Amino acid sequence: MSSLDALATRAVKATPPALNKAVRGLSDKTIAWIFIAPTIILLLAINIFPLIWTIYLSFTNYAANRPNRPIMNVGLRWYRDILGSPEVWAAMQATAHFVFWTIFFQTLIGFGLAYLIDRKFKGHAFWTTIILIPMMLSPAVVGNFWKFLYQPQIGLFNYAVSFFTGIEPSSFEMLGSVTLAPWAIVIVDTWMWTPYVMLICLAGLRSIPAYIYEAAEVDRASNWRQFWSITLPMALPFIMLAVLFRGIENFKMFDMVVLLTGGGPGSTTELASITLKRQAFEAYRTGYSSAFAIILFVAVFGLANIYVRTLNRVKQR
Amino acid sequence: MSVTLSTAHSVVEPSRLAKRSAGFIVILYALISMAPLFWIFATGWKTPPDSISYPPKIVFDPSLEGYCNLFTTRTRQTADYIQALGPPQGTCDEVTRRREMVIAGASNYAPRFVNSLIIAFGSTFLAVTLGVFSAYAFSRFKIPLADDLLFFILSTRMMPPIAVAIPIYLMYRELGLSDTALGMILLYTAVNVSLAVWLLKGFIDEIPKEYEEAAMIDGYTRLHAFFKVVLPQAATGIAATAIFCLIFAWNEFAFAVLLTSGEAQTAPPFIPTIIGEGGMDWPAVGAGTTLFLIPILVFTMLLRKHLLRGITFGAVRK
Repeated sequence: MSSLDALATRAVKATPPALNKAVRGLSDKTIAWIFIAPTIILLLAINIFPLIWTIYLSFTNYAANRPNRPIMNVGLRWYRDILGSPEVWAAMQATAHFVFWTIFFQTLIGFGLAYLIDRKFKGHAFWTTIILIPMMLSPAVVGNFWKFLYQPQIGLFNYAVSFFTGIEPSSFEMLGSVTLAPWAIVIVDTWMWTPYVMLICLAGLRSIPAYIYEAAEVDRASNWRQFWSITLPMALPFIMLAVLFRGIENFKMFDMVVLLTGGGPGSTTELASITLKRQAFEAYRTGYSSAFAIILFVAVFGLANIYVRTLNRVKQR
Repeated sequence: MSVTLSTAHSVVEPSRLAKRSAGFIVILYALISMAPLFWIFATGWKTPPDSISYPPKIVFDPSLEGYCNLFTTRTRQTADYIQALGPPQGTCDEVTRRREMVIAGASNYAPRFVNSLIIAFGSTFLAVTLGVFSAYAFSRFKIPLADDLLFFILSTRMMPPIAVAIPIYLMYRELGLSDTALGMILLYTAVNVSLAVWLLKGFIDEIPKEYEEAAMIDGYTRLHAFFKVVLPQAATGIAATAIFCLIFAWNEFAFAVLLTSGEAQTAPPFIPTIIGEGGMDWPAVGAGTTLFLIPILVFTMLLRKHLLRGITFGAVRK
């Protein structure tokens, strides 16, 4: 039997390529394209074509609620309006405040938790899984029920704060106050996503081999020194990766904040995406909002690119 | 001179005290972090007056009113009318009548939940299918511009959903896909396929090429080897990817609220609209939220091992 197989294999190998295809089925090249084509087609249809359409719309005066009005080219008018608009800059400021402080707290607490979990106390796997739960929830549903928690009189948050600090629960309102509302959204996002940063930092900490620490002990390096010279630098690429992902996500943030504060009070928590939604789907200024969308995309893409380049440099160190 | 025998342990192992204190802080954080969830779970079992009591009630009498209100629409009637109706049919009827209200029909929660199931599972199935084929091709073949293509696939996730929704809204309006399950499935698939390709490529990269090459030497075609050799080995990776795609589609709000209104609306846009008599019906919202969270909690438990890989697009592996 096996000599027949050997003969068959030699026969197959001896046939010229064109005939070979018919004998051995579809060629690798065909298969590669068949396998990739549906994905590329779908992405072209739902991502790229709309992106190009958005770029086109950003130069017109199209309004989605008046589709039959003749479309006029307005050139760079929307881009100039947006870059000079105080309302847009206020939204970008609110977004920057949100992104900065959420990254700050999530990295601090997330890394701290990861460090503590890496001490490997009894039951740490179980408690890690418990800590992970908030980040798996729907941000919209979370924003909705935190509105309940933040109610001044009936909400758990004010009650808990008053329990620990003695401040009267109805004396402050997280969602209604212009100074507190931006912090209210930072708190909820930190509650949700600190586990995310923690998980990534934990992977970073676990990737540091024990022998490095042992060598440091032999050299009589203090714990403090070990932390600054070994732990932090080796975990840094992971921390930076977490910061990148959280930064991109929070720049795009919409659902949690829109359900928690609606952008209010006034527009103190109106993030870029919320302004975009208002202009596009309430004021129906399609051309204007298309320009804004392009600006936002370029901003994220550009910042992410710079960041990834820095990250690659850090990884190579 | 005396020699003290220290308790033998690796020099890098933390002391018992360090471990205990670390454990204490972490457990404290875990409990505090669970408190809001416990609260919303408990609220689902309170009566509406209890849920808005001041100060908030930690101990209360449980009631089915939240869950009943979640699934029904009710009208307020006079006591005489209620008397004339005859005996209540079922616990929810009893509970509702005690509030001097009568059940008028089913609420929209169940249909919305079902929509969530259909759209989430449908888009996940599609995304994973497209993803596994593409990931195999990227992994095994030399695709021209592979790195650029992969990065392009990833960068489609950098646009704010609202920005993507603007042209999609117009496009779907033209094509008649507005407020349809198919439209939402296609959209979620397009968003998820980038995650699926990145994750599955990572998983497939880890399957040694030798297996399918051996199969092909034995006479299998490439296609045959893919189905018979590679796919079974990628099963865990496929399952993990599927669950991540599911979680995204399940929790999604922005597209759902902008592109659907009645027919294809999923649960996340619906839950914040559950109004009771004096504002939001918090027990019903609590009940709806709890039910909505259960599949995700189950999946998180199932997914523990692959969680890190999934949330970092496969960039970080344990």
